[in-house]
This record gives sequence, C-alpha cells and structure tokens, in this order.
Amino acid sequence: MTEKIASRDVYGKTLAEIGKTNPNLIVLDADLSVSTKTADFAKVFPERFFDMGVAEQDMVSTAAGLAACGKTVFCSTFAVFGSGRAWDQVRMSIAYTRLNVKVVVTHGGITTGEDGASHQANEDIAIMRALPNMTVIVPADATQTVQVIKAAAKFYGPMYIRLSRAKTPVIYADKAHEYQIGKGIVLQEGSDVTIFACGIMVAQALDAAEQLKNQGVNCEVIDLHTIKPLDKELIIRSAQKTGAVVTAEEHSILGGLGGAIAEVLVENACVPMARVGVRDTFGESGKPDELLIKYGLTPKDIIFAVKSVLQRKK
Amino acid sequence: MVNQEKIHTLTSIANKLRQHIIAMTCAAASGHPGGSLSATDIVTVLYFHVLRHKPADPTWVDRDRFVMSKGHAAPLLYAALAESGYFPVEYLKTLRQIGSSLQGHVDMLSLPGIEMSTGSLGQGLSAANGMALAARLDKKDYRVYCLLGDGECQEGQVWEAAMTSSHHKLDNLTAIVDRNQYQIDGKVNDIKNLEPFADKWKAFGWQVLSCPGHDPKFLIETFDKAANTKGKPSIIIADTVKGKGVSFMEEQPLNYHGKAPTKDEEKAALEQLCQLKEYKL
Repeated sequence: MTEKIASRDVYGKTLAEIGKTNPNLIVLDADLSVSTKTADFAKVFPERFFDMGVAEQDMVSTAAGLAACGKTVFCSTFAVFGSGRAWDQVRMSIAYTRLNVKVVVTHGGITTGEDGASHQANEDIAIMRALPNMTVIVPADATQTVQVIKAAAKFYGPMYIRLSRAKTPVIYADKAHEYQIGKGIVLQEGSDVTIFACGIMVAQALDAAEQLKNQGVNCEVIDLHTIKPLDKELIIRSAQKTGAVVTAEEHSILGGLGGAIAEVLVENACVPMARVGVRDTFGESGKPDELLIKYGLTPKDIIFAVKSVLQRKK
Repeated sequence: MVNQEKIHTLTSIANKLRQHIIAMTCAAASGHPGGSLSATDIVTVLYFHVLRHKPADPTWVDRDRFVMSKGHAAPLLYAALAESGYFPVEYLKTLRQIGSSLQGHVDMLSLPGIEMSTGSLGQGLSAANGMALAARLDKKDYRVYCLLGDGECQEGQVWEAAMTSSHHKLDNLTAIVDRNQYQIDGKVNDIKNLEPFADKWKAFGWQVLSCPGHDPKFLIETFDKAANTKGKPSIIIADTVKGKGVSFMEEQPLNYHGKAPTKDEEKAALEQLCQLKEYKL
C-alpha cells in the first residue's frame, strides 16, 4: 500500500474512456472542472461538456432536462455544493423524477484540508442517503473509483458518488476485485470484531486491523462502498459472526455509514457498536493528515473503538 | 394570419379548461385556481395550436416539450392534457386524491404528457435549457416551452437559468411569464419588486416580447415571432389577470391563490363561465 492516488484523479479520464463508446454521455461542471477533473473529459469531448459556471442549482436541473431527453448525465462539483447548495434540485429534479443523472462530487470530507470548514462536506452522505431513489457510493480508492464510474454509466437512475481530494493509499492495486453496486467487499475475514468502513477510511481500517492482529485481536474488515442501498445481509451476517462492530467514515457520525449500519443492527442483530467519524462539529483549515488526527479519523482511533466494543462484548 | 374561426375555437377551449379548473379544485377542496385561470389562455394556445405533439404517443421523440415551471398550476395542465386526449376528462375529478396520477404539483412519473416534475419553484427553466441543449446535440428540430410565474422570478435559479439560455443562444426555447402581478403574500411588486422586468430579461440576453395574455390572436402571433427569432432565446411576458374569467376571483385574487372554491362559489363561477355562450363548444 505504498502508492497514493486521489480518487478524483482517475475520474475525468474514466469519463473520457466511457465517452468513446457511449455517445450519449454528457458531462456538466460548475466552474470546478480542473479540480473535479471533468476537464479530462472536456478536452476529448468538448461538444459533450458544458461548464455551467458558478451555478450548481442550475447545473443539476439542466442535467435533469438533458436526462429527460435520454442522455446519461454526469454532473460534478465539490461535495458541499453538490449535496448542499443543490440539495433541493437533486431532490426535485433528479431523485423524485428518477432521472439518469449522476452527481459525482469531489472534495468529500475533512481531507479537503486547507480550504477549511466551508469546503469540507461532513454531512453529505446523510442528506443524500435520506432521498428516496438515490444510490450513494463512496469509493475506497482510485482503482475502485474507475470501477464505480464505469458501473454508474451502465446503471440507470440517480446516483451520488463521493470522491476525495487528498491522495490516499491504493488498496485494490494488485487484486482484481469484481465490483458490484450494493455489494460490500470483505477485505479480511476475522472473528473478534467487524470494522465496516468506506472511502479513505478503508485503508485506515486495514492499518488498524494489522496492528490489532499483533495484539491478538482478529478483525474482519469490510469495504461498504455503497451506503445506499446498504448490503444488509452482509452486515447482519458479519455482526452475528463477530459479535462486535466498529464503523469508520470520513463524515459526521450522524446519519452516514455509522448511522445506516446502526439502523440495520438495532433491528436485526444488536451487538456492541462504536462509530469512528467526525463528532458533530465543523472542521477547520489544516493539512489533511493533521486534520485526520485532530478529528479522530486515524487507525489509532479505530483501535480505541475496537477495544471499547470488545470490552462491552464480554 | 390567424383566422376568426381558430380564435373562436381556442376561446371556447380555454373556457372549457377554466370550467374544469373550477370543478377540479372544488372537488379536491384544495389546489391553486387563481394562477391556473390566469395562464389558461396561454396554455390553451400552446396545446391546441402551437405545440407539435401526439397525445396518443406521449413519448414521441420529436414532440415539442412543455415545462410547467409554476408547478402549482397543475389543474390547468391536467385540464389541457385531458382535453387534448392524453387521458379521459372524467379522470380530472381525482385531482389530489390519494392514489391519483393527478398530484397536487405535476409529477412526470405518474402521468404521461408531463415533461418535468415541478412544485419547488425556479427549477423549470433550467430543465427546459437541458431539453433545448439535448435537441441541439441530437440535431432535432423540436422546440421547448417553459411557463413561469411572475412571483417565481424572485427565485435566484431563474436568473442562473436565464444566463444559461442566452449563453448557449438557445433559440429553440421560448419562455413565457404569466405576469398576473400577484403572489401568495400580496402584489408581486410590493413583496419584492421585479421591475424593470422586461429590461432585466433584455440585459440577460433575451429577446423580450410582451403581449396581452388572454388574447389568443396576440398570443399566437407572439409565439410565431419567438419561434422565428434566431440566435437568442425569447421570453413572452404575458399580461394576465389572476383568477381570470371568474369575477369574484379577479376582484380578490389573494383569496384564491391556493384556496379552492366552495360548492357555492363553484356554482357561481361555472354560471359565469357558461354565460360566455358564444365561446361554448
């Protein structure tokens, strides 16, 4: 896990690749194409790219109009704007209408870094997950991002896909994993505790599991890239097997991956559980690594959470 | 030239649609009669003269698209669709009833003929732009029409969309503003002044056409002018009267924005509308 790539870095190139065989693919951006990497698509297919300017709401509803005429539309901006500024447009024009629009956002979570709280989306998964008809995906690394974008282009219906700005470890480098929307990936089987993670926290979870192994704790690590629809069967099965659950996400502990898993467990398999995530607070400026430490999103925090659930398990 | 017979027919249809609006909202005991009645002549001219559409084939790829951005004028659109033959007229009485396709605000998934779901104001023009861009990409010659309320133009997204239309020179798009001068809380220009309204649209790069909004002849001529304008989008600011056709609604438009007529009011309204005998089909 030495190589580090930001998930956004492969996004535009993947779109450009899909664009070669799918003439129906249209891409929109709201003046952030260099940052979101949709510029990589725009360079190859300028006639199928529309820069909507600093107008996220207009972008999302325009995407709906294009999709209503049969286009497959990807529209991108930062996570705060795609989920927050244009939430009503996503709700009315895309989710309610079940149109084929993919809202692919970058700069999800606290590792957005130096731009500070205004640009760090720590609530987006919760507010997108609450929308009927929405599929919500947070890829774990660059390799999976390519798979997710390709799967999204073939999938009919509204989607919210959250990518990162920061360069993070490549997890799926040497293993060719089969990717399926809605199916969690068991990265490591274990018997003492299950760590469910998404996005950049998957690498952190693997790191934590490795350290815990040396302390005699056998962790099951699961990449739950699809927050909605949630792989309930896998969650229940694993929780029943290990009897303890920790969730790890680069998002508020309210309403995101941890919230979604808690909802499933409380109705189906009550086991001791702890959530690792941002503690109901806004972020601040800083380097991604510094912020991960300050806001409790490191392997150390996962280890602490694992130990707390193991104590409650006894 | 628009012949007299055509005008007569359109006026009769508009009258019929108005009767439906009154009956539907009364039966539902809710809904928005005022802003439906003000836009009735505009929508009548669109559905029964301007639009290229096939009611028997609502998803025909070459059809013109109509986006009802002021989604609360749903009763009007339902009446126009029913009279066009999209579904039986008898179904209109299910407006706002549980299980009905005639939702309180228009829903494209529940009813054929609806091009975009609306109800949260300010979003329709953006969607219409998307449709106009799609027509251009697909080299199709269909046109896109979008009806906005004047109060709706207080939404910021309308102006984002206005910039998009003119930036892309969407001359296959015609927007219409139902300028009835009233919104829920009062007179539009008292709540938040839109003037100089025409100048705003001009400054945003649009061809602005004004016309009386209850005169089919003027409306047809203005729609023609818009369709023949090249290189920029056109907007028709149609001067209308909220509650048009029903005297007590015209006199007290604020009482009938989002309030349905009672049984007695329905009777009185239908009597007035039916008195326009020469227009009756």
